[in-house]
Amino acid sequence: MPYGLLFIASIIIALAVVHRPLGDYMYRVYTSTRHLRVERTIYRLIGVNADSEQRWPVYARSVLAFSAVSILFLYLLQRVQNHLWGNLGFDAVPPALSWNTAVSFVTNTNWQAYSGEATMGHVVQTAGLAVQNFVSAAVGMAVAIALVRGFARRRTDDLGNFWVDLVRGTIRILLPIAFVGAVLLVAGGVIQTFGDHHVWATLIGGEQTFTPAGAASQEAIKELGTNGGGIFNANSAHPFENPTAWTNWIEIFLLTVIAFALPRTFGRMVGDNRQGYAIVSVMAILAIVSIGVTQWAELSHLGTVPQAVGQALEGKEARFGVSDSGLFGSATTLTSTGAVNSFHDSYTAIGGGMLILNMMFGEVAPGGVGSGLYGILILAVITVFVAGLMVGRTPEYLGKKIGAREMKLASLYFLATPALVLIGTALAMGTDTGRAAMLNTGPHGLSEILYAYTSASNNNGSAFGGVSVNTDFYNTTLGLCMAFGRFLPIVLVLALAGSLAKQAPVPASAGTLPTHRGQFVGLVAGVTLILVALTFLPALALGPLAEGLL
Amino acid sequence: MERLPSWIRRHIAALRALLVLTVATGVIYPLVTTGVAQALFHGKANGSLIEKGGKVVGSAIIGQSFEGHRQYFQSRPSAAGDGYDLLASAAGNLGPEDVVDTKDRQSLLTQVCARSKAVGELEGVSGARPYCTSDGVGAVLKVFPAVGAVTRAVSVNQACPATPFIAEYQGVKVECAKPGEDYSTGRTVPIKGNGVAVVPPDAVTAGGSGLDPQISVEYAQLQAPRVARERGIPVDRVNALIKQYTTGRALGFMGRPAVNVLELNLALDR
Repeated sequence: MPYGLLFIASIIIALAVVHRPLGDYMYRVYTSTRHLRVERTIYRLIGVNADSEQRWPVYARSVLAFSAVSILFLYLLQRVQNHLWGNLGFDAVPPALSWNTAVSFVTNTNWQAYSGEATMGHVVQTAGLAVQNFVSAAVGMAVAIALVRGFARRRTDDLGNFWVDLVRGTIRILLPIAFVGAVLLVAGGVIQTFGDHHVWATLIGGEQTFTPAGAASQEAIKELGTNGGGIFNANSAHPFENPTAWTNWIEIFLLTVIAFALPRTFGRMVGDNRQGYAIVSVMAILAIVSIGVTQWAELSHLGTVPQAVGQALEGKEARFGVSDSGLFGSATTLTSTGAVNSFHDSYTAIGGGMLILNMMFGEVAPGGVGSGLYGILILAVITVFVAGLMVGRTPEYLGKKIGAREMKLASLYFLATPALVLIGTALAMGTDTGRAAMLNTGPHGLSEILYAYTSASNNNGSAFGGVSVNTDFYNTTLGLCMAFGRFLPIVLVLALAGSLAKQAPVPASAGTLPTHRGQFVGLVAGVTLILVALTFLPALALGPLAEGLL
Repeated sequence: MERLPSWIRRHIAALRALLVLTVATGVIYPLVTTGVAQALFHGKANGSLIEKGGKVVGSAIIGQSFEGHRQYFQSRPSAAGDGYDLLASAAGNLGPEDVVDTKDRQSLLTQVCARSKAVGELEGVSGARPYCTSDGVGAVLKVFPAVGAVTRAVSVNQACPATPFIAEYQGVKVECAKPGEDYSTGRTVPIKGNGVAVVPPDAVTAGGSGLDPQISVEYAQLQAPRVARERGIPVDRVNALIKQYTTGRALGFMGRPAVNVLELNLALDR
């Protein structure tokens, strides 16, 4: 455990060190009025006026148009894979799976119903899937920045320009960090090579077939953009994606770094850094408690099989060990990444249950790049409303009144994903096709299905891997959950941003709830816990809690 | 262009944006990364391949199966295809309470017990574990009725005519399991017993990828005497090689110390 603690502490220190510089850098990226030369060329190629601003409906329609075109493009790319160069001999991907995968990568979910090394060739991986790893992350950040502008601006309809936010996020933030990350990963042994399969004879005369891949370039952005879709089936447990204990450290760092730095950007943009610190404190508290629970459960290895083994080592790699594997599991579900370096299905009941709960929080601690920030700002809005009810005053946040319209949008946002999770799970459990997918039986089987719909609706993408979801039923319903779970909240967030930007700020008075103090941090964390517990406790009680406590 | 409705113009802009960004992040980025990777880390970028006598025999970071070859160190159990299949990386994905065998497959508990027994026999040590029977299956009872005083108990993973691992449970005689009979309505009661595990945890569990190239130092040390005996070399030399192919914690605190099986076996062959 001391080594595991050091590992966790070193990540926290590293995140704290880059919090300000990276947050400030992103602030400059999104507020600068100057365009880089390469960006001007890109705007010319796209054919948009980069200096015009958009009202919220236009911003939202641009997001949806870009995502719709992306889904269609990725779908078609998979459907014609058999005609593409470098397809490694793989056939066209079947329709239901293509739809599921296209939606999955465009929504930043990266749920994978397929096995990478047996399905996807070079072009689909690098020019299809990896591209969405970049742009879906940039879309998430753009929407978050638009919401922050809603708080920061006054008496305006303008929320910025989606195309500019998209291009800047990709070119100035994601590409340079991903490139450095990719080169570091290669230094650790992650492969980066194209070409064809080759076979070698093993020492005892067996055969192994090597699949070349641009693994490093995809691995870096897969973590940085909180995507999670691996080149290989075993994802970040595969030695070609995550070969050493220190590449494991880098991957955990990459998948948390932007989401933990964005609150700084938020603080700068609303002109009060303390607001950013309050938000990042909420994220940090929830994350640390959750990590603590998972570490305790995995290291005390409760449950029959872990007790028989002597460690919760099933599904975990020797080079990482239990503790560092558990941290990756926490980080990937606290963000919306969904990459895995160990297999959650075989975690202890409480450890695995905590990972489901992480996603049920709506992934706000710190959440996906962008989606984490807008998710927690919605919770902050709900919190000031709850606090306002307690003292009988009109709630306000950052000088903006939280009226009926704002609260309706925030409440709808909060209800959207749980509805998808619970309805989806109920539908699957109520049908024979749905139940047939379970690998495990009893409460653990329910956990597998609950995990799948939670993961899809919250755009996480990790799985209790035993569940067999490459069927038309799951590809279709999970695809719908991913699409609605991504775009309903985005439209609601942008609508909220629009109505906030229009307002003139109200001056703070003696009755205004200060939103930069410890009291508010505690309130937001408490409201989050209570809301999530009320929504999901019955489902959790039948799955992981029943398994862990009986 | 200008005369088209705005929603069509927006989708055309979206398509152009996607194509431009595809060139930037889907063509230029991976190719530049590949160029830099190949120039700086040629061996690693191409899979850390290892040669023996001029022929590639594997990758330093991908595990191989050495099953049935007693002169070699054995790798961990693997769920990738039939074992260490590089085209089918996978974990076992069975849960912590998967303890009852079905006619389709063994439970995770029985897999663990069977592996423990087999490793124990191979290395000449005790293969016992908690929750395992001496014949290497999960020590699990189904008791009836599910609630209330026990009237019937079945050792559910021991098919008749096996002798149940305990004679009695709460005063009721324990039966062996009759193949084909459905015991799903009973209450599942795993029995811990007093088995003490000698075989290390990584020897009885499958890793996450099914391609785990390493084993724990404890598992390597357990195998050393057998490998030395099979090869007719002193144990000290084998232990020295184990030390040589042990990767410590990165920077002193990351991950776990572990031994690379393929490199160790290759060194033994030299």
